[in-house]
Amino acid sequence: MSFPWAQEYKPANAFTQWVDERLPLPRLVYNAVGAGYPVPRNLNYFWNFGILAGLCLGLQIVTGIILAMHYAANAGVAFDSVEHIMRDVNWGWMLRYAHANGASAFFVVIYIHIFRGFFYGSYKAPREMVWLLGVTIFLLMMATAFMGYVLPWGQMSFWGAKVITGLFGAIPLVGEPIQQWLLGGFAPDNAALNRFFSLHYLLPFVIAGVVILHIWALHIPGSSNPTGVEVKTESDTVPFYPYFVAKDGWAVGAFAFLYCLVLFFFPNALGHPDNYIPANPMSTPAHIVPEWYFWPFYAILRAFTADFFFIPAKLMGVLAMFSAILVWFFMPWLDRSPVRSGAYRPLYRKAFWILVVDALVLGYCGGAPAAEPYVMISQIASIYYFAHFLIIVPIISAIERPDPLPYSITEAVLGKDENVPLSASPTAPFPGTQHPNAHGHA
Amino acid sequence: MAEEAVTESPDLVHADGVRRRDFINIAAVSAAGVAGVSILYPLISQMSASADVLAASSTEVDISSIKPGQAIKGVFRKQPVFIRNLTPKEIAEANAVPVDSLRDPQSLAERTKEGKENWLITMGVCTHLGCVPLGAGEGESKGEFGGYFCPCHGSSYDTAARIRKGPAPKNLEVPEYAFTSDTVVKIG
Repeated sequence: MSFPWAQEYKPANAFTQWVDERLPLPRLVYNAVGAGYPVPRNLNYFWNFGILAGLCLGLQIVTGIILAMHYAANAGVAFDSVEHIMRDVNWGWMLRYAHANGASAFFVVIYIHIFRGFFYGSYKAPREMVWLLGVTIFLLMMATAFMGYVLPWGQMSFWGAKVITGLFGAIPLVGEPIQQWLLGGFAPDNAALNRFFSLHYLLPFVIAGVVILHIWALHIPGSSNPTGVEVKTESDTVPFYPYFVAKDGWAVGAFAFLYCLVLFFFPNALGHPDNYIPANPMSTPAHIVPEWYFWPFYAILRAFTADFFFIPAKLMGVLAMFSAILVWFFMPWLDRSPVRSGAYRPLYRKAFWILVVDALVLGYCGGAPAAEPYVMISQIASIYYFAHFLIIVPIISAIERPDPLPYSITEAVLGKDENVPLSASPTAPFPGTQHPNAHGHA
Repeated sequence: MAEEAVTESPDLVHADGVRRRDFINIAAVSAAGVAGVSILYPLISQMSASADVLAASSTEVDISSIKPGQAIKGVFRKQPVFIRNLTPKEIAEANAVPVDSLRDPQSLAERTKEGKENWLITMGVCTHLGCVPLGAGEGESKGEFGGYFCPCHGSSYDTAARIRKGPAPKNLEVPEYAFTSDTVVKIG
């Protein structure tokens, strides 16, 4: 679906006409990311992170397929084959660093993308399905990243695999058989490494499939925008091509600059040195930590140190860690405010920024040793995290008095909109429907 | 119209009102369901531990060189196993703890073989998230209860390898084992 004023695809010559009548793929592309897709004219730079996430996925798939040509998924030689890539394969060091840091870049981009959604209420009707598919993509990303980190078969790979599959052992009664089934043995070994490699290769293509559904669902109502006011007329939009293709191109350039800075000058800054020690099932590293992008969830896992009613601490930590993401699925129904954008929601905006700080605190504690004061801080931050979604957001959406919204995107951008009906125009203001400085928030 | 013609046809309806088509429908869907499950079974089962992994699940250890107060790390099912020769003081410490006060109540006698109370044989796998606790090696921290200490999340085990403090829910697991002679123990 698109807006009635969207430009229509016209085949340029007889050949494209012939193709269009048989397989209208160029028409699909034109309507999805071409001039046929009208986009709100006021999108800010936070709307560039979708294309950046797509770029990261492509980057990971390309570098990953190449690495798979040189990597051997066997516990006896996996570590050596990674060193072979680093030392012997032409450009192998660059491709592996590109892939390892590409994962970090992907998570930086996706966290900004997700928090953009939180701030601007992108999860709200009619875009709930876009949000649900997005959270699904994030879960798939986490699974893919975890299994990818196991493949080099270093100490952190091995013990990460052991701890994370150990989480399933916390399930009552069937936990241990499930853990052994997942690993294909009693501890991570060849069977586990092989299946992790197989799934690590598969899941990115599953992600690509869900990304297509994510974009499809987005293009039904069209993109949201920083005011949260829906598109009303043609003057609220500009065609995706050339306007946002150009802006996305600028974002891709900026991203590439920062990415290359890390890739070529600090390639190991985000990794853990212990993963350059071959896996040793007999010796645990003094301080097991996952990759930085899992730290907030790892902090929540470790925050449960005592049994909770009749639920053992270990199971409670596992449930809390998974719930920390599953609660996102309910966001469209926990936040009942009819106003989408945080720019017009004074209370929600404050809660949003506290959540950002809370997530950063959790992240810091997740990377720190399991000792005081980090355990206590993790516990407080975990309580706040769940309180934000389950208590604070529902209460705010019930009691908050939002700021007046602009009549339209056009008005927010230009300060006036010729289509404003008389009753809502600046010359005949209705109390509460107008805001003289509304454009100031865009 | 065609559908109606079939249901109306007296030849195809039995006296009890069951149509041939209903029977074929149920039979076909049932067969497909059974086939689906039987195809799924090997696809799921293949992920379980394979025969060679299961075959490597017993190990024999010579314990003659372990002096009281010492411990060694063996390998059982590709995981560490701790074999510890307890001193009389450690045995006394373990027996001095009221069993009811423990998170996972077990006495030292229940965790060792009769007449061999000094031989404490447990998995070296923390019951929290599977790290290898310290305390079996020379000079490693034994934790505040003199047994084992897991550095990952701070679980402390006592001289009977019972959980005393920290997030682990259970005592260190005692694997199946038997003394084949006074100096050799077969684990698994």
